[in-house]
Amino acid sequence: MKFSEKWLREWVNPAIGSQELMDQITMAGLEVDGFEPVAGGFTGVVVGEVRSVAPHPDADKLRVCQVSDGDETVAVVCGAPNVREGLRVPFATVGAVLPGDFRIKKAKLRGQPSNGMLCSESELGLSDDHAGLMELPADAPVGEAIDRYLGLDDITIDVDLTPNRADCLSLRGLAREVGVLTGESVREPELSPVLASHDERPSVAVEAPAACPRYLGRIIRNVDLSVATPLWMVEKLRRSGVRSIDPAVDITNYVMLELGQPLHAFDRAEIEGGIVVRMAKPDEELVLLDGQTVKLTPDTLVIADHAKPLAIAGVMGGEHSGVTGKTRDLILESAWFEPVAMAGKAREYGLHTDASHRFERGVDYELARTAMERATALLLAITGGEAGEVVEVASDEHLPRAEQVTLRADRLNAVLGMTIDAARVEDILTRLGLHIVDQTGDRWTVRVPSYRPDISIEEDLIEEVGRIYGYNNLPVTEPVGSLALRPVKEAERPVSAVRNFFVSCGYQEAITYSFVDPKVQEVLDPEREGIALANPISADLAVMRTTLWSGLVKTLEYNQRRQQPRIRLFETGLRFVRSGDRIDQEPMLAGVVTGGQLPENWANGRRDADFFDVKGELESLFSLLGVEVRFAAGQHPALHPGQTAQLFLGDQAVGWLGAMHPQVQKKLDVDGTILMFELFLNPIVSGYVPNFKEISKYPEVRRDLAIIIGNEIAFADVDRVVRNNAGERLTALRAFDVYEGEKLGEGKRSLALSLFWQHPERTLNDDEVHEFFDRVINALQKELGATLRS
Amino acid sequence: MENLEQLVQDGLTAVKNAESLQALDQIRVEYLGKKGVITQQAKTLGKLSAEERPAAGQKINEAKGQVEQAINARRASLEEAVIADRLARESIDVTLPGRGQDLGGLHPVTRTLQRIEQFFGNAGYTVEQGPEIEDDYHNFEALNIPGHHPARAMHDTFYFNPGTLLRTHTSPVQIRTMEAGEPPFRMICPGRVYRCDSDMTHTPMFHQVEGLLVEKDVSFADLKSTVEEFLRVFFERDLQVRFRPSYFPFTEPSAEVDIEWGREEDGSIKWLEVMGCGMVHPRVFEHCGIDAEQYRGFAFGLGVERLAMLRYGVNDLRMFFDNDLRFLRQFR
Repeated sequence: MKFSEKWLREWVNPAIGSQELMDQITMAGLEVDGFEPVAGGFTGVVVGEVRSVAPHPDADKLRVCQVSDGDETVAVVCGAPNVREGLRVPFATVGAVLPGDFRIKKAKLRGQPSNGMLCSESELGLSDDHAGLMELPADAPVGEAIDRYLGLDDITIDVDLTPNRADCLSLRGLAREVGVLTGESVREPELSPVLASHDERPSVAVEAPAACPRYLGRIIRNVDLSVATPLWMVEKLRRSGVRSIDPAVDITNYVMLELGQPLHAFDRAEIEGGIVVRMAKPDEELVLLDGQTVKLTPDTLVIADHAKPLAIAGVMGGEHSGVTGKTRDLILESAWFEPVAMAGKAREYGLHTDASHRFERGVDYELARTAMERATALLLAITGGEAGEVVEVASDEHLPRAEQVTLRADRLNAVLGMTIDAARVEDILTRLGLHIVDQTGDRWTVRVPSYRPDISIEEDLIEEVGRIYGYNNLPVTEPVGSLALRPVKEAERPVSAVRNFFVSCGYQEAITYSFVDPKVQEVLDPEREGIALANPISADLAVMRTTLWSGLVKTLEYNQRRQQPRIRLFETGLRFVRSGDRIDQEPMLAGVVTGGQLPENWANGRRDADFFDVKGELESLFSLLGVEVRFAAGQHPALHPGQTAQLFLGDQAVGWLGAMHPQVQKKLDVDGTILMFELFLNPIVSGYVPNFKEISKYPEVRRDLAIIIGNEIAFADVDRVVRNNAGERLTALRAFDVYEGEKLGEGKRSLALSLFWQHPERTLNDDEVHEFFDRVINALQKELGATLRS
Repeated sequence: MENLEQLVQDGLTAVKNAESLQALDQIRVEYLGKKGVITQQAKTLGKLSAEERPAAGQKINEAKGQVEQAINARRASLEEAVIADRLARESIDVTLPGRGQDLGGLHPVTRTLQRIEQFFGNAGYTVEQGPEIEDDYHNFEALNIPGHHPARAMHDTFYFNPGTLLRTHTSPVQIRTMEAGEPPFRMICPGRVYRCDSDMTHTPMFHQVEGLLVEKDVSFADLKSTVEEFLRVFFERDLQVRFRPSYFPFTEPSAEVDIEWGREEDGSIKWLEVMGCGMVHPRVFEHCGIDAEQYRGFAFGLGVERLAMLRYGVNDLRMFFDNDLRFLRQFR
């Protein structure tokens, strides 16, 4: 809400400066967003009168004018289309300085002397309007300084109102608030009913009384809308951010800004029969004042006549029935529309108007008549005409009732944390217009005024008292609570431990958007469809991620394009997968790696990271977390078919590790070998609590073994066969060499293993170990076709 | 016996000239070994009288001692030279960079969240999580924002369908926590939130931390100290904090919190809005089945990116989600 400080001070004028006034308003909860002077800074501009206008001898578009500044008349060359004899305009005399430090000097324009400049609104910093000269009223005193004449020592203050304070969407409401804050009395303008001078009454039928509990209409005949809106009103509107249109629209806007009641004027000649307030009928259409045609939905309240809809109630009028310069008779509407019925209606039509903004938040339900009289009086004074009687249709059943709310002193004090003096509480309530209807020693019951629909429970009163008392005057105390210890599961590792692990391994944490590009995700996870947003912010952020890879791979690409060849990224966060009626939102851990395994330097070499680098890191992670995860060869559409492992915790599949498939890489336009992993976080962070086992005092025995096996046989198979046959005293099995080469023949590889045995209670003898070893060798030969390498 | 002295002189010269430990050892054998030339001198003692023998024997011993001492000294110095030589060969340029993995880093948002979790964790707050795809009830309705409420317009919600949306704030976790447990509560909820808004100062996803404390006796004054202390601990400065009345449907009284952030041109304090807070609205308690006459609570919410920007001097919100390595590496 924008308003002029001077206008506010007509209502309430505390003896404080502008800054202090704004600070107080802000600290009362009506946040001042900013302020600006109502005009650019200038000097030397006066009311001038154009005495004569003559063509310029050497320029078609310029005119040579004789302009009076009150003392003398000088020649001024002017190019504005609306310059004419007798016009009074802002005249920047020689020596004047206009906004932007523009100095007016004597000049010659195409050979003709010019002693000053006639100004448009934009040249004075009043508005952006530079279409022509600013026209002043015919009675503007020639020679008077413009800033004094227009009262430009004023600022426009912009307050950012919270949705509960609809009462402050008017000068009257703001003045009331300032009155409460400063203790200054508020001067209401004189508002008396206009007596009817004819007996024509509009017919008004309200068919939807729940949505429109009160509707007032009045016929005003013989208005002259061709007259100019008075400058004082134009200026107040301008300083409130509202452009002047014509006197009827300006007056309704003015009363809305002044009192908070949106009004509407219909051209009576365009209304067939009478006014009907009803819900829209199926397939009804309406051309709005802004020229667009809308199809009305049946839950839209409309103002109609006996044939057609005229306006969307409380939102915007129709073009057809709108007033024009030719309108003679009009019907003035002042109504109260129910906020819940109004909620979201404007938005449905892509509209947001000053009227809808107010009606949705709640207009004073007792204001309609006052505003009707105020607007009528202004109309008659400005446009002439004769007012008829006001027709009011009201449904008491649907109108709000004045609420009574009780405030308990002990509750007030307990919530605010201090005891506020009873007299102070009463003073605050009373000043806010909360009439105390009942009062015992420890409680007050107040009646809520019609302009404060936001107050309905005790907490609302507590907030009001706290707000006016001043939050910053309330004490500061430390909360007191239970010091009971909370359980912490030792086996569960916090996600922060996982993050720190990856940081130690040289990974940079990324945080990418949870919604991703469906085209990228389709390539990385073709088997699942991302849950689509109904209203995405853009096409490339349109579906929820089913894998964290969608964001990470984009991030990798982003960084590759910025000359980063070595990239190690990880992310934790939810992925979103629809399963039947349910949406699974599962915490994941994912990473992408490309470029050198170690940072390039003299000692690290330049080897690129490969599958086993990342596998080793994951194995370290699992041992940190205390979980035994198995890597099995697998197939994933985004991964290289020969370099993909699916990870299992027991029988539960917990994730994937692999190199990106070259086809996928081509589609996503990323370079180099890219390793990727993704794991479900919840299962892997639950490890175990250590359980001590006796350390054997007896020596460990090691035997090494080299075998040749077929390439199709996985190490996991060898591992299984060895463990099944090595006896229960086997403590470790390590593969210390893997070799493939011509010497071995096609499709073969050699595997060198170390086996370790140890007995907890005695020394193992050679024969025993020999027996284990032989059993292992036999089993490898028999089950896997292994041959011993000599 | 003149011969002995000559032998000693020869021995000493040989020791002096010995260039290696092996050479030295040979000299030892040659002079002092069982068949060494000085040792052999003892055989001459038999030819001497009993009176002369002790003095001659002593001389031989002295001669042995002299050579032995020289050998020991020479050995020590040769050993030292060997070590010195090894040290010289093994010298490295210690200013060359070390071998191995670089350290990565946490995202600045995570770093900020971890600090916040630590502050509140130390004061006994639990850390709670909730779904990011939320239902209308938990995101709005239960927080006293019914369908027609104008506050919904302030939220720019992402929808999947009319009842399902991306949470616009972390406040629904308040509701879920209160629904699931019994008061008292002391919890924070950090997490991602979403608003359908994207420009210089808005990203469609950002992070919030929501805090909630519910006790039998808690007041706005307690909320003030909690928020003030948090801000001072977070910025590690004794900055000024002010509470400005505001409006959130789920708290009442509600306040926005400004911190002192430099000075205006006229010397007055420049205030910067950083948080919102208030006392839990009785209707919120009602939705969670908590008796508002018996319990009171306060809640607060803050934007993590905003605090991170202020803390680390980041001037563009969008950088948090570009994940440019050159940006991320600055937060190791």
